[in-house]
Amino acid sequence: MTTAGHAAIRSRGPWELAFERLRRDRAAIAAATALVVVVLVAVLAPAIAKAVGHGPGEQFLDVGLSPSGIPVGPSRAFLLGTDGLGRDVLVRIAYGTRVSLLVGVLASALAVLVGTVVGIAAGWYGGTADRALSRTMDVFLALPFLVFALALVAVVGPSLTISVTVIAFFSWASVGRVVRAQALSIRELEYVQAALTLGAGHARIMFIEILPNVTASVIVYATLLIPGAIVAEATLSFLGLSVVPPTPSWGNMLADAMAYYKVAWWFVLFPGAALLLTTVAFNVLGDSVRDALDPKHDPSMAVSAEEAR
Amino acid sequence: MIRFLLRRLAWSALVVWVVATSVFVVYFTVPHDVARLIAGRQASEQTIQVVRTRLGLDRPVYVQYVSFLGRLAHGDLGESFLTQEPVNTIVARDFPVTASLALGSAVLWLVMGVGAGVVAATRRRSRTDRAITGIALGFYSMPTFLLGQLLLYFLFFRLYMAGIEFFPPGSYVAFTDNPLQWARFLVLPWLSIALVTAATYSRLTRSAMLDVLEEDYIRTARAKGLTERRITYRHALRSALTPVVSQFGIDLGSLMGGAIVTEVVFGLPGLGREAVLAITTQDLPIIMGITILSAVLVVVANLVVDLWHALLDPRVRLE
Repeated sequence: MTTAGHAAIRSRGPWELAFERLRRDRAAIAAATALVVVVLVAVLAPAIAKAVGHGPGEQFLDVGLSPSGIPVGPSRAFLLGTDGLGRDVLVRIAYGTRVSLLVGVLASALAVLVGTVVGIAAGWYGGTADRALSRTMDVFLALPFLVFALALVAVVGPSLTISVTVIAFFSWASVGRVVRAQALSIRELEYVQAALTLGAGHARIMFIEILPNVTASVIVYATLLIPGAIVAEATLSFLGLSVVPPTPSWGNMLADAMAYYKVAWWFVLFPGAALLLTTVAFNVLGDSVRDALDPKHDPSMAVSAEEAR
Repeated sequence: MIRFLLRRLAWSALVVWVVATSVFVVYFTVPHDVARLIAGRQASEQTIQVVRTRLGLDRPVYVQYVSFLGRLAHGDLGESFLTQEPVNTIVARDFPVTASLALGSAVLWLVMGVGAGVVAATRRRSRTDRAITGIALGFYSMPTFLLGQLLLYFLFFRLYMAGIEFFPPGSYVAFTDNPLQWARFLVLPWLSIALVTAATYSRLTRSAMLDVLEEDYIRTARAKGLTERRITYRHALRSALTPVVSQFGIDLGSLMGGAIVTEVVFGLPGLGREAVLAITTQDLPIIMGITILSAVLVVVANLVVDLWHALLDPRVRLE
């Protein structure tokens, strides 16, 4: 009777193992903590505004600007200084967080959704369908995103919806390519062939049999798409093609800051730091998630493999 | 090789056609009255009608489409709504600026990115490797326009205030006028684009090099007694460059985007800034022209990269 001995060994699924690895990764913990703070700032933006007593669009033309009309630096009244219209930079950064996170997450989700469906379909059907879809993805990858965004916004006018759509439109292909490559190899596996023999339809094989096995890389990709989408939104905002002032976004704050960078460093550096902190945190977390889900990439595993030789 | 070339050419033509058609559809199906816009706010109905006839906007859509494609096929991008200046002239004027910006930064990012990647891979797990990986992550996460602003603030403004006037702020001197000044004025813009992109390349080169260095033929080269240097650069790097070349083809598109923001940040009179300015004036032919032109440039660049790729690696031709 060895059941007592076996009871101590708990079976752990791949997700649980990945989570364990993630928890032991200090960089991942730091990045996750930073992101929790960023999310809290976004959620609590109105509370922050209330606490300091400045609205996001409120102009303090008397105390928020120097007598010569120049923004005032960080002080007790304005913790991160003011902008060119005497508005509180801290409060505007907090509200800008909402825009960045919203666009970043929505656009990535949309891109992941489309990319996964197209990728699986291309990988599963193969042949002409695959060639057509792959070629389409290649085109989307090669086309200059910003130029097209510019052309589109010039006609339909800037808005948050347009930003999300345009960013998703130009990022789904990179997800699709990765998913396609995986679906292509999964489709040859015996369990898929077995499902086919049992009479499973196309939809069932694609979404019940193949999808679960590409989820890991889709998650990694989604985490890494978000910072890209945030950068894209900030860039569009910077060019005046996304969120329209007076609604604050990090990009449009930095655009306003262009006129003041010589006299008001805080106006460039603080929104810039918020933007960079967020994108770095997402990228670090994305790398860690990839390492955690794919032990081949795990640095510690690689060392032991090397030593074993 | 000929078949490969023909297939690629046909494909490129198809892409350009798709882009041109999408641009046409966006501009001519979106409900806005171009003629009214050009005629100005106080124009009478007759004036608007005259403008409409002159621009050929009163013809059926398919006729406009055919004439639009016909003009494009002759390389004619139309003329500006506002100044009636041919878009070709405008584009020709701005092109050298954008080309200087793009070429210089592409060279810089390839050298920096591949160089850093090789160094990191050959000193795997060392402090240098970690430092390079960390710095690369930082730049990788950085929007080009933000890096441009930071360079402008620290390397131009702070140095200028300290009395060091090495990096001039935004302006442009033609290469043919003064090559030295040309480079000096472009250093900061080049760096803005190159550092951000080089980060991707150092990551890519590092992992490709690490894979290649595990291969048997590298062991053979070592056994033959070749120097590490020769193994790294002649044997390993050569095959590690294949993914780098494919990535380069993809990035040529985003290079145009990088050029737009960099031109705006540094006030360079190139295609990107022209397009951004045209949005404020709603000068649609300029935006259309620049969009189509950049699609053509990207397609041509991709074609060149593909051919280069096929020469480096014969397997590509069979695909």
